[in-house]
Amino acid sequence: MATPAVAAVRGGPTGPRPSTGRNVELALVLCAVAIAVFGYIEVGVNIDDKVPPDAAEYGAALGGLALIAHGVIRWRARYADPLLLPIAVLLNGIGLVVIYRLDRATPSSHAAPTQLLWSTLGVALCVAVIVLLRDHRILRRYAYSGALVALVLLVVPIFFPAVYGSRIWITIGPFSIQPGEFAKILLVIFFAAYLSAHRGALALTGRRIWRFTLPPGRVLGPVLLVWAAFIGVLVLETDLGMSLLYFGIFVVMLYVATARISWIAIGLVLAAAGVVMVGWLSPHVHARVDQWLHPLASVAAGQGANQIAQSLFAFAWGGVLGTGLGLGHSILIGFAAKSDFILATIGEELGLVGMVALLLLYLLLVSRGYRAGIALRDPFGRLLAIGLATIIGLQVFVVAGGVLDLIPLTGATLPFIAQGGSSVVTNWIIVALLVRLSDTARRPVPEGETR
Amino acid sequence: MTRKQSKTRKPRGNGPQGLPGMSTTGRRAGLFCLVLILLLAAQATRIQVFQAKGYDNNPANQRKAIQRYDQPRGNILAGGDPVTGSAATGGRFDYKRTYTDGPGYAAVTGFSSQIYGNTQLEGIEDGILAGTDNRLSGWAVWNEITRKQNPGGDVHTTIDKAAQQAAMQGLGNQKGAVAAIEPSTGRILALASTPSYDPGSFAGSSTADQNAWTKLQADTDQPMLNRALRQTYPPGSTFKVVTAAAALANGVVTDINAPTGTPYPYVLPGTTTTLVNDTSSCDQANLDLDTAMTLSCNSVMGYLGVQTGLDEMVGMAQNFGFNDPKLDIPVRAARSNFDTRMDQSQLALSSIGQFDTAATPLVMAMVAAGVADNGTVMYPQLVDKLTKSDGSTVQLMKPQVYKQAMSPSVAGQLQQLMTDVVQNGTGGNARIPGAVVGGKTGTAQHGVDNTGTPYAWFISWAKPTGSSGVPPVAVAVVIADSAATDVSGGKLAAPIAKSVMQAVLAGKS
Repeated sequence: MATPAVAAVRGGPTGPRPSTGRNVELALVLCAVAIAVFGYIEVGVNIDDKVPPDAAEYGAALGGLALIAHGVIRWRARYADPLLLPIAVLLNGIGLVVIYRLDRATPSSHAAPTQLLWSTLGVALCVAVIVLLRDHRILRRYAYSGALVALVLLVVPIFFPAVYGSRIWITIGPFSIQPGEFAKILLVIFFAAYLSAHRGALALTGRRIWRFTLPPGRVLGPVLLVWAAFIGVLVLETDLGMSLLYFGIFVVMLYVATARISWIAIGLVLAAAGVVMVGWLSPHVHARVDQWLHPLASVAAGQGANQIAQSLFAFAWGGVLGTGLGLGHSILIGFAAKSDFILATIGEELGLVGMVALLLLYLLLVSRGYRAGIALRDPFGRLLAIGLATIIGLQVFVVAGGVLDLIPLTGATLPFIAQGGSSVVTNWIIVALLVRLSDTARRPVPEGETR
Repeated sequence: MTRKQSKTRKPRGNGPQGLPGMSTTGRRAGLFCLVLILLLAAQATRIQVFQAKGYDNNPANQRKAIQRYDQPRGNILAGGDPVTGSAATGGRFDYKRTYTDGPGYAAVTGFSSQIYGNTQLEGIEDGILAGTDNRLSGWAVWNEITRKQNPGGDVHTTIDKAAQQAAMQGLGNQKGAVAAIEPSTGRILALASTPSYDPGSFAGSSTADQNAWTKLQADTDQPMLNRALRQTYPPGSTFKVVTAAAALANGVVTDINAPTGTPYPYVLPGTTTTLVNDTSSCDQANLDLDTAMTLSCNSVMGYLGVQTGLDEMVGMAQNFGFNDPKLDIPVRAARSNFDTRMDQSQLALSSIGQFDTAATPLVMAMVAAGVADNGTVMYPQLVDKLTKSDGSTVQLMKPQVYKQAMSPSVAGQLQQLMTDVVQNGTGGNARIPGAVVGGKTGTAQHGVDNTGTPYAWFISWAKPTGSSGVPPVAVAVVIADSAATDVSGGKLAAPIAKSVMQAVLAGKS
């Protein structure tokens, strides 16, 4: 419930005041910050037997960021879903704690301060989006130019040197950014705009073959072209996680827009063809599939444990309750322990309990996005909210499924948690958009309008 | 936005063409995301709960090793003093094993290496030493939850330091082994094997450790072989104690000074081969058992073995630990062998400790100990008690009867025979002033056509003169290879047995 002071200012004359949930949000944000600070202290106590000297500063930094974001939401999006910000703060806080913990195991490289910097930038952009974007429908105007920018963002890294076999980074001095992360949002905006505009044509017209109605090439063409361009670029850059993600979002949004099962069928056929082709062309992918099917084969062959095996060892060692933060050995995973494999540290040190809690947080975040989408009235907003929520859901599945050996490892970042500036910034922008969309969805209908 | 309603179909949903609307498809897509997250949770449960043990124990998983070495390892003690220690090291493993006298106690301790694992006592009692044994924690369930590591516990051995040192000194540069037992309890007082090795030289994980290991593995003298436990040798004439016990226990001989009826020359049954003696004093018919044992006459003992019968011989041998594949002290000893299916000529040879008969020094010490303990063979034990790091007892070992091999009266006759061997016969080198010593020598042929350097054996027991109790020490010594030109049990092995027995007797007085 709103405080009397707020109610007095905001409360209109029309009937009972709707609950904005802002105080709930504030309480949850403070809880989230407290949990993260507690985790930070636990790392220090478990590794050094003392509270980290900068625990208060860390708490202040995270709390400050969270409160600024909360304040801006109170000011500019007061009907927004009160769960979005606390979940984002908690996930980002946990991520910082786990990266800090892994920093302790790699004395030569410290990633947590940089990650905090990126988080700050992320929150700043989140605030900027909430303040500047008063109505999400404005985005529809920039859908095509956005798609073009996204394509450029994806192409640029091809001209930069490959890092660990993938050309997905732009490296300038000490900074490296992954433009593909930002492209995700632009692509979802484009899809939402295009599909909402051509929804009827996509669903209704077209040639009927057996039980499936195939859409006409005129409508389908541009979509397929954009999609193929993205996939092509991604395959060239060997970023399979991102390809899989784009593909999944594309199919989900197409289905939501048109309700055509044929889209799912076409999608699956395309996916299968793509997987077979890439698996055939790329030895890199072929090796990944082998590792997925036989994660312990390298042990049997006497070559020691590969990364998947090490990841599984970490999860297994954590068991149900985990070793406690700072007491696991997930650093044995080696390369990418702080980024692609960060979930293994959570599995080892927080156990299955922590894993399930984390998955529930993501599920909650995704479901709040879907909720906003379903509550919205305009098709563009609906598709945008659902698309953005799907990014998070699918990305969690792709990366967690990879490190848990449920699907082949593709390399993607765990939203908000994994080390990676571009990723954390992108996720904050997604949250900002969801805040804006949910604010629109939950805002009481003014007198005289109908829903 | 182009949006046409189908005119031909009855609308089922509020979407185009009667298809479900976006709130329906959106919910379905949301459900899809839910399923994906549930799949992840299911897979996490599978790995972290159901398959966790397998991954934890995977040889490529370093976590168990890291956990093992992240605190000082408990100690192995002899006579109340640690013979092991722990040293802090840098790197992934925090502590490594050290040994106060590595080569001197290697046959007792085995090794604990960061790379090569744990063996023998270090391996068997690893749970106690590493602190992982549940018995070390008062609150097992709580510790399981908090993952609290218990400090390593200690393993107190039965080893008598003086006896162990005497055994190692006596063996010196020769290749051989010593096993000494306290007959009344089965406590192992000494367990020595030479050439020995320093288990501390490869306890860590450095290149130097790896080089030391490689060198030891390549050594043709097999320094890492525990000859007291893990190697069997033909026992030769020391086995005649078993044969005599079987003959007496089964009434084949009742009076050790009465003629046995052995013919001379004794031709092995079913063959034309004569069983020859090492000394001409044995070359006469109808010798008595006492003389035959004192002079170690092959013909008499071979004959008596056949007279006693295969089953009876097998039974008596097994009373002393032969043919036991699981003689765990708790380190498992190699199986000593006495064939259970033989013809009479083979039985005759087996009865003088040749043919397929083979024994570990431990089992031959059990033979001497069984005789000394009035016929009761005690189960040999190397561990006295297990304690927590604070000294409180986790487990206290109690003496256990292995077998009642023979009646006390038969044992008394055997004691007389063995005493005579030392007083008047081949075992003279084991005589100790102020002590009654019983023993038996053995010089076992082996190799193709018996061309190998013979194994020199001596088994014995000793007690202070005038003592009516059970002798406090029984010992078996084998010398497998020596620089000496004249190899015999009496010459090479008996002096070592003597010094070990003296060390124990000195400690008792």
